Amino acid sequence: MTGRLEAWLYVAQRGSAFVLAPLVVVHLATMIYAIRGGLSAEEILSRTEDSAVWGSVYGLFVAAVAVHAPIGVRSIVREMTPWKGRSLDVAALLFCALIVVLGVRAVGALL
Amino acid sequence: MSGREPPEPELVVEIWRGRESGEFVPYRVARRENQTVLDVVSHVQRRIDPTLSYRFACRVGMCGSCAMTVNGIPRWTCRTRVDRVAGNGRVRIGPLRNMPVIRDLAVDMAPFFDKWQRATGRFVPSDADNRRTFARVPPGSRERQAADAGIECIGCGVCYAACDVVAWNSDYLGPAALNRVWTLVNDSRDGARREHLAAAAGDAGCHQCHSHQACMSYCPKGLNPTAAIAGLKRETVKSLLRGEL
Ligand code: SF4
Ligand code: SF4
Ligand code: FES
Repeated sequence: MTGRLEAWLYVAQRGSAFVLAPLVVVHLATMIYAIRGGLSAEEILSRTEDSAVWGSVYGLFVAAVAVHAPIGVRSIVREMTPWKGRSLDVAALLFCALIVVLGVRAVGALL
Repeated sequence: MSGREPPEPELVVEIWRGRESGEFVPYRVARRENQTVLDVVSHVQRRIDPTLSYRFACRVGMCGSCAMTVNGIPRWTCRTRVDRVAGNGRVRIGPLRNMPVIRDLAVDMAPFFDKWQRATGRFVPSDADNRRTFARVPPGSRERQAADAGIECIGCGVCYAACDVVAWNSDYLGPAALNRVWTLVNDSRDGARREHLAAAAGDAGCHQCHSHQACMSYCPKGLNPTAAIAGLKRETVKSLLRGEL
């Protein structure tokens, strides 16, 4: 059972990393490009408003982070502190939920 | 010593004395050509302080019992020449990391070997009742080559001492045990593939490895446990997706 959980987490973390890598590049490149062009926050927001493309890019970003980060943090906590077991797994799930809530709010504000 | 003879070249060796708590004690030892670190330790024990505890057996890199930490790096002391490590004329010798110190340079390897058991690192014959007389294993087959790549492990514990994940998580099975499991997963005569993979995937198993390759860098046999563990990650995921884990 624990073997299955660990293997699933491994798949989820690798899979989400695979999704995140290009999205991070897109995000950084767009940011640099937008600022260089001298766009203000209002101008940027006017372009992202009602944009299905930006909505899905950042929606996917949030989903991938919500999967990726809690798994990584769970591993670090297990290595660096004595905390492990069920309670840590629940805490990681809560962390995931927090990222989803904050992320969805942030993406909502773009649209 | 008469004043006219040139002074004999000397080496200052600092050797760990004590258990988990203790200190490095300096000893002065004559420096000789082709001297190994094990020669130095033996000299100290035979000529200076007979209470020094350490282990060795073969002196030729066969048994793996002489492993210690030399200037911060886990090594077989019988195969490490002083010239190679004593650039500034100082050598610091301690017990292997990640294992309880029994005394001085001798560590308790029981936890290390217990993990081989926990990892199911033992051969389980698929043909236990011996009905087949002879297993045909093509030496060039991919599985056999993968098994052969890790089979020469002599259980010295150097990789285990080098692994930071073992240091952080004392439950982690470690490179040697997982390397052993990988040889069995690839052994067509082994009948417990599922058990091996389930044990390797557990929460102290292959998925905890950070692939930072300290094990591979220091294994005196030149084995690559990191690659073996990567193989286990792949195979456990495959069997997970097939619903077999
Ligand atoms: S590669 Fe894995 S097993 Fe080897 S030293 Fe690093 S964490 Fe340990
Ligand atoms: S893998 Fe290498 S370093 Fe590790 S126990 Fe085996 S022989 Fe020693
Ligand atoms: S004494 Fe046997 S390997 Fe060093």
